[in-house]
Amino acid sequence: MSSMQTKLYSLEFTKALPLKSGAHFGPYTLKVETYGTLNAKKSNAVLICHALNASHHVAGVNDNGQTGWWDNMVGPGKPVDTNHFFVIGINNLGSCFGSTGPMSPDPATGIPYGASFPILTVEDWVLSQSYVADYFGVQKFAAVMGGSLGGMQAIAWGMMFPERVGHCIVIASSANLSAQNIAFNEIARNAIMSDPDFHQGNFYAHAVVPKSGLRVARMIGHITYLSNDDMAEKFGRVLRRPTGAKQDYQFSFDTEFEVESYLRYQGDKFADYFDANTYLLITRALDYFDPAMDYENDLSKAFVNVQANFLVISFSTDWRFAPQRSREIVKALLDNKHRVAYAEIDAPHGHDAFLLDDARYHALIQSYFVKMQGEFN
Amino acid sequence: MSFEAIRADFSAIANWVKPNSTLLDLGCGDGVFLEYIRHAKQVKTYGVEISDEQVLACVAKDLDVIQQDLEGGLALFEDQSFDTVVLSQTLQTIHQTEAILREVVRVGKECVVSFPNFAHWSHRVAVFMGHMPVSKSLPYDWYNTPNVRVLTIKDFESLASKIGIRILDRVVLHDSQEVKWGANLFGSLAIYRVGRT
Repeated sequence: MSSMQTKLYSLEFTKALPLKSGAHFGPYTLKVETYGTLNAKKSNAVLICHALNASHHVAGVNDNGQTGWWDNMVGPGKPVDTNHFFVIGINNLGSCFGSTGPMSPDPATGIPYGASFPILTVEDWVLSQSYVADYFGVQKFAAVMGGSLGGMQAIAWGMMFPERVGHCIVIASSANLSAQNIAFNEIARNAIMSDPDFHQGNFYAHAVVPKSGLRVARMIGHITYLSNDDMAEKFGRVLRRPTGAKQDYQFSFDTEFEVESYLRYQGDKFADYFDANTYLLITRALDYFDPAMDYENDLSKAFVNVQANFLVISFSTDWRFAPQRSREIVKALLDNKHRVAYAEIDAPHGHDAFLLDDARYHALIQSYFVKMQGEFN
Repeated sequence: MSFEAIRADFSAIANWVKPNSTLLDLGCGDGVFLEYIRHAKQVKTYGVEISDEQVLACVAKDLDVIQQDLEGGLALFEDQSFDTVVLSQTLQTIHQTEAILREVVRVGKECVVSFPNFAHWSHRVAVFMGHMPVSKSLPYDWYNTPNVRVLTIKDFESLASKIGIRILDRVVLHDSQEVKWGANLFGSLAIYRVGRT
């Protein structure tokens, strides 16, 4: 293994971004991190798209000592091998890790955008990502890859820029959210918006954060990212007690069960670093994504112009983005006789599986990328 | 792949496949047939396979493979959407025999179905001697075989006519040689070209 060449960028875009809503937004900044080296032909670039709460910091350890969110996937000798590929991570517009978002000051007023930040869609992100590709001189990505909401961006890339992407790698994703999925997002948003500290999205001026709302939003999210079996295995009905102490009820509403302790911890951690408006914005982008809508709700028609080869992966116990939803993507690709490989990994960890180590899953990605090397070398 | 290594059943199937057509191989294993036919006939191929290791092997060969259980049917594939659907030495491993045969002829304009012939004389002798046969075409013991539906050439042909599957062509092999007469006795591998009635 060699060490990984990592570079951090703050790219300023002065031209306003035309949004799907009809609005325009700009100027804006995108935080970008890259790994590895772009080859002379600029043909080995891979774009990694993030899901709800992640960022441009995909791999390695940054100056704050934080390990990248997909460090087990991306790096020297890893499935997405930075010795061969030039990997780009972008913090999406509207997120809260350095790119322009609701917490950034509006140049017109000098105060944070808050509620006035525009509603964004997956397609808006993809368009802004294409400008990042232009910045690096990447005419065509070897691959665009993501899990969950990141997978939706990979799908949108294949549709919006068919000639600019060689492979779309769509993991634990879906071509649109189910009613149940939108409902979970709505509960999370409702928790945030009904927090008295939310102040209609302009809480920055009040020097408060709607922490209890964020906490509940994260707790709900976390439950849906795990499988029932996984939670049973991790926590069971074990009580939160000092080691060796008796496993007795205390007849109170304090943290009794391990699972409560876990959820509270995750909720607190999240509320400390994540922006409430970003949470609303990103969950809404998830809800709105529906590329078949403009094609009589026929995904096969929506995929007619796709040129990329697809690798689609789902996980058997993922009920938030169930295998059936991935099969819909596969079927639409097959209907067009587009190239597609589909793997359904039998893993116990629910939706979270796409972020975890699994030998079969990682071997598959590794193999796919090794094969891809032959295409641009 | 070297010419010598090409299995006799592969070339028999390849004779029925039109160049530049589309082909779906159900139970494609590690993709060795798909790799062969893709190059031999410039065919656009897809495979279906259930095993993790085999799916990985297919991906490594740059093959398009869909991981799924054939027992669940072929809902991912539209009617008559492939020029050829191949079910090669897989029929005997599937519980839903009638259902998969109906699915095969629904999806394929033409289909190839092959299976080991249980009525080969050596198998008959084994049973006569009181044991389940273990041979080149049935290489497993009774307690570890993936085969759940052993059948004979006669059995297949009567089921085919019962469920409305038209037999277009048949090649019977033993030790890679074509068996011209006494197929149900001297053939260990039967390969059929079939379609919808």
